[in-house]
Amino acid sequence: MSKKEKKHLWRILISIALFVPGFMFHNRENISLFSGTFQAPVWGYLELPFFVIIYAIIGWDILWRSIRNISKGQVFDENFLMSVATVGAFCLGEYAEGVAVMLFYQVGEWFQSYSVSRSRRSIADLMDIRPDYANVMRNGTLVQVDPEEVLVGDIIVVKPGERIPLDGVVEEGRSALDTSALTGESVPRDVSVGENVISGCINQTGLLTIKVSKEFGQSTVAKILELVENASDKKSKSENFITRFARYYTPTVVFAAVALAILPPIVMGQPFVIWVERALIFLVVSCPCALVISIPLSFFGGIGGASKSGVLVKGSNYLEMLANTEIVVFDKTGTLTKGNFVVNEVRAQNMSEKKLVELAAYAEDYSNHPIAVSIRKAYGKKVDTSRISEIEEIAGHGVKAIIDGNEVLAGNERLMKLKNIPHENTAPGGTVVYLAVNGQYAGYILIADEIKPDSPQAILDLKAAGIKQTVMLTGDAYAVGKKVAAQLNLDKAYTEMLPADKVEQMEKLMNQRSDKGLLAFVGDGINDAPVLARADIGIAMGGLGSDAAIEAADIVIMTDEPSKIATVMKISKKTLRIVRQNIVFSLAVKGAVLVLTTFGLATMWSGVLADVGVSVIAILNAMRALNVS
Amino acid sequence: MKKTIKLRDLDCANCAAKIENAIARLDGVTDVKVNFMSQKMILDAPDDRFDAVLAEAKKIAKKIEPDLVILA
Repeated sequence: MSKKEKKHLWRILISIALFVPGFMFHNRENISLFSGTFQAPVWGYLELPFFVIIYAIIGWDILWRSIRNISKGQVFDENFLMSVATVGAFCLGEYAEGVAVMLFYQVGEWFQSYSVSRSRRSIADLMDIRPDYANVMRNGTLVQVDPEEVLVGDIIVVKPGERIPLDGVVEEGRSALDTSALTGESVPRDVSVGENVISGCINQTGLLTIKVSKEFGQSTVAKILELVENASDKKSKSENFITRFARYYTPTVVFAAVALAILPPIVMGQPFVIWVERALIFLVVSCPCALVISIPLSFFGGIGGASKSGVLVKGSNYLEMLANTEIVVFDKTGTLTKGNFVVNEVRAQNMSEKKLVELAAYAEDYSNHPIAVSIRKAYGKKVDTSRISEIEEIAGHGVKAIIDGNEVLAGNERLMKLKNIPHENTAPGGTVVYLAVNGQYAGYILIADEIKPDSPQAILDLKAAGIKQTVMLTGDAYAVGKKVAAQLNLDKAYTEMLPADKVEQMEKLMNQRSDKGLLAFVGDGINDAPVLARADIGIAMGGLGSDAAIEAADIVIMTDEPSKIATVMKISKKTLRIVRQNIVFSLAVKGAVLVLTTFGLATMWSGVLADVGVSVIAILNAMRALNVS
Repeated sequence: MKKTIKLRDLDCANCAAKIENAIARLDGVTDVKVNFMSQKMILDAPDDRFDAVLAEAKKIAKKIEPDLVILA
């Protein structure tokens, strides 16, 4: 509780303490306890000052604020309404009523302020990945400094139990890292010398000496915190609607109140007093606070809940859009599959298998494609680049290299066709790299990509969640794509796609959306940039520390698990459900109270309840968005 | 220049929206975002006029929500 909240609470408690006897005193005729005493009329005169004192204690700031705001040109705000309503009650002789309403209002206000602070704090706690200090090696000694003061290249030491303050590379030591704060994953990640570590993780077992690779402002932790905090800046449609609604709602109800105060008395000849009172209640109910506070809070909670599960949603609008997703398009390599190609089979003609692999490794020396990496791994030895005199990459086909003076072609079936080299047709089951030396077919290497263990369930979950189409786009061979699609139960698979083909196919799929339906693309970063941009929602497999993915996408899955897509969709639906509940509830209650007031069936109490009570309930409901079941 | 300014006692979401709209209309403001949830204001204005624009923005904010505390 903040100081302000504490002071406020004290005022409320004191006022209640004084009010109870005051109220009993007010009704002393009906209370047998008092019979006899306090009956003389002189006591009656004490009532007014007594209640005025309580009113002053509990309501002075409201009165003051309404006067100050009027002087600044802001007349019709909550303070004004409450002041008019309660002072009006006093004028009508209802002292206890006036105080009670003000007291009730302040209690509600207090709850509102308290619950908003509480929500902010629990979301902040969720995101409590901010490291407070770093142990930096300066001139041979370890100094504790603010992480912001550490420079790139500095050496820092992280003891067991401490949080890693900055991104870097392990120089010494080995340990297990708790990445749950960033990814929601409970399984620790082992790290040793030469591996990258990112800020925000907790070092569990061993002492780690780390060379800092990014300054704090650029570190993963700082970026994530900034993303989550600023995510609520991107307003969802619901939030925009509520803001516009509130702008029209308040003046409308105020006018209605004025009309209510003036017209019926004139038309029906009834006393003004009754209708003025009703008009005042109208004014109290007119504040749209419940909606204006609870809706952003719900989205804030939803985004916080998503981060807890390891999914960064960069905007409230994206969280909202997820619920309307109809079509999910996946990239294959690195998204549905691990991307860790492994050489499965080697078949060589006219040379040894080892030689074939060697040639392939040399030809693919410059490539970072997972296929090239796996071939190099299978080769195992270091590539003597002096033997390579030329490498030419033929996009979508493969590579041509001059190794030891021989022209070596390494690539897919298209390459073989292009160069008119007859080759053997392989049985499906993996990606095939064909090789030809000096125009003659030399053999092939079969490489298989592992499907991520949670991919099958991920697709099933998506279908269960109501996704109409699950599609895969891949540059891989038809046989491979088909196999993966069958294994995962995908609706459609498009294979052998060149980058331009992917965009074209995306457009076609976009046209298949129904009116409100949206298309989400899931990829693993850089090479999917154009498709990620074109899709309604771009989801990237973040991998710990993949900057490009975090930049390009709207939603980042920190753990690379496709199953998280369904998780965040669930969060999205839950958040929207809560938002809808709050809207319906607030408007229904306010509407009902307004109607009842018109017919004189509501008192000032119901007015305050409809405003403040509804607000508090809406806020508490909004907090449910934080819980990820 | 884009600067993030911390706020305190921004209790009314309505006010946050009003403040954001009012500051956005100020001459010299490239962009402004007032985030009720994180209690932060991000102001984007040309470098040479930044301090003047910030002072104007603070004045307007205080006018709409006098209880608002602007840190820095």
